[in-house]
Amino acid sequence: MPRPFTPKAITANALLEGDVIYLDDQGQWVRDLRQARAFTEAEVADAALAEAAKDGMVVGAYLTDIKLGENGPEPTHFREEFRRTGPSNYFHGKQEAEAHV
Amino acid sequence: MYKYNDFDEAFVRERVAQFSAQVARRIDGSLTEEEFRPLRLMNGLYLQLHAYMLRVAIPYGTLNSGQMDQLAHIAETYDRGYGHFTTRQNIQYNWPKLPDVPAILTDLADVEMHAIQTSGNTIRNVTADHFAGAAADEVADPRPVAELVRQWSTDHPEFQFLPRKFKIAVSGAKADRAVIKAHDIGLYLREQDGEIGAQIIVGGGLGRTPMVGKVLKDFVSLADLLPYLEATVSVWNLLGRRDNKYKARIKITVHEHGIEDIRARVEARFAQVKPLFGGIDMAMLEEIKAAFAPPAFVEAATEAYDRAYATDAVFRAWADTNLSAHRAPGYAIATVSIKTPGQTPGDASADQMRVLAQLARDYGHDELRISHEQNVILPHVHKSDLPAIHAALKEAGLAAANIGLVSDIIACPGMDYCALATARSIPVAQGIATRFDELKLEHEIGPLKIKISGCINACGHHHVGHIGILGLDRAGVENYQITLGGDGTEDMVIGERTGPGFAYDEIIPAIERILATYLELREAPEETFLEAYRRLGMAPFKDALYPPKEEKANAA
Repeated sequence: MPRPFTPKAITANALLEGDVIYLDDQGQWVRDLRQARAFTEAEVADAALAEAAKDGMVVGAYLTDIKLGENGPEPTHFREEFRRTGPSNYFHGKQEAEAHV
Repeated sequence: MYKYNDFDEAFVRERVAQFSAQVARRIDGSLTEEEFRPLRLMNGLYLQLHAYMLRVAIPYGTLNSGQMDQLAHIAETYDRGYGHFTTRQNIQYNWPKLPDVPAILTDLADVEMHAIQTSGNTIRNVTADHFAGAAADEVADPRPVAELVRQWSTDHPEFQFLPRKFKIAVSGAKADRAVIKAHDIGLYLREQDGEIGAQIIVGGGLGRTPMVGKVLKDFVSLADLLPYLEATVSVWNLLGRRDNKYKARIKITVHEHGIEDIRARVEARFAQVKPLFGGIDMAMLEEIKAAFAPPAFVEAATEAYDRAYATDAVFRAWADTNLSAHRAPGYAIATVSIKTPGQTPGDASADQMRVLAQLARDYGHDELRISHEQNVILPHVHKSDLPAIHAALKEAGLAAANIGLVSDIIACPGMDYCALATARSIPVAQGIATRFDELKLEHEIGPLKIKISGCINACGHHHVGHIGILGLDRAGVENYQITLGGDGTEDMVIGERTGPGFAYDEIIPAIERILATYLELREAPEETFLEAYRRLGMAPFKDALYPPKEEKANAA
């Protein structure tokens, strides 16, 4: 029996900057997981991923598990937590960008 | 040091031009990622967790002050103001942007550096003993041989699409400081009947299937060395398994076919390739050797050193741990710790790089080395200059007196940067170093090598750490396995697993329990951790790590 579909977001790295990006509701790439589109149906997610993967300005698009929090999608695995935050030894990456907003 | 000739210069410049055009074609959409990926990997450019990563080769760990200054310039101009020295004598930049990479490669070429073959299924950056040309226990300087191998292996037409990556290391000393037996091919330079040659070790490696290298041939003269290496890589290139990347490394080929079978095939292939070399390799080696002539050592009094050693306890502690015996009278090898407790192992800021470059210029015959243990070495310093060097290092935050001690930890970038990692390593290293610094137990514990990898690929050499730590993902949580008794020297031993792993917040207390057990059970302060482990075996450490069953039952 196939496993039940759990909510997903589409994520990738930007071609030029190399940083982590997410696909939003408008089909745009955004830098904040909380703004990502949450997919709840497998067929829709797969079709959107196939389309997103055609974008030449992104690298390595894939579906990642999320849970739906108060402020939008949140990661379920620690790897995705690091991807959306940045390294733990320096205040670099997304955590730093966020502090500058 | 070796200087690029016209051929080297033209080759590296051409490569920069080629890759610059490839980057432009990727950005304008002419190349897909699938097409671009192998091209960028051939030039050391990875796409990691948060950004691109550029891996720059520091051939056999040797660089001069101008090169170090340029590495600082690149760190400041295109990156976040620092670089990470790796366990393969490379430097990695963690935050370059794709459009900037051609400019970085141009800046590198300006100082005779590059990122060629630092990735991909090719012969990688050749590594060597970081005390090369300076160590008191040296039979022959490994750098001329390493440079010869670098020239032979760079863009070698037969070896651009190997079954898997291939790593070669060279040592010319009695003590193995280059983890020779954990390489696809390791060379121990030896003297036999007045002639220098190499003992060839093959099929070592860490990673998923750790293996100690085996002797392929006890002595190969320098005249036969390149043909013999070519024969060995050639045999593996045909035999090596391309159906399964986990079985593709030469260690598996040697294991599956047996060393005798491989040796017979290499000898047969050697007979074919030897006539093709025609002596040009030896003529090149002679030229290369001249470039590595020792610097003009001076004879001078060492009073300044003796005075500082007698009167300054901080200097004395640093001298006791960070200096090694030099071949020239009055000289020392100074290892600069890039492991100040709490800092990221192997990370140096641009300012620190410039201080190191300046020290090399002022006091070190313009030479620097990067060790596989992620430290920087001033290989030739006169003892009378050491107090001034130490003072400058103190000011730059580089004077940690911890070489070979608990806080001198090897750690791979782990999941803080690496796309392959299954757990973090850097914060574990920071935590252990900080903890033992607080406990002030470091010098009491004495010589100890802790090595941490954030995945099974073992860039952090955990299998050969006296204490090895391997970070894994267990059901979506970071989990750390411990191995004990590993040894990365000429008597290489793969460490033994203690048992079940520990959670992220349990791993530092676990290391503390191991070392408390050692302090309690050692026969004398002179008995090192590794010696005590060999005498006592795993049992007492296991008891300390895992409470006996009845206690567990009572606790429950």
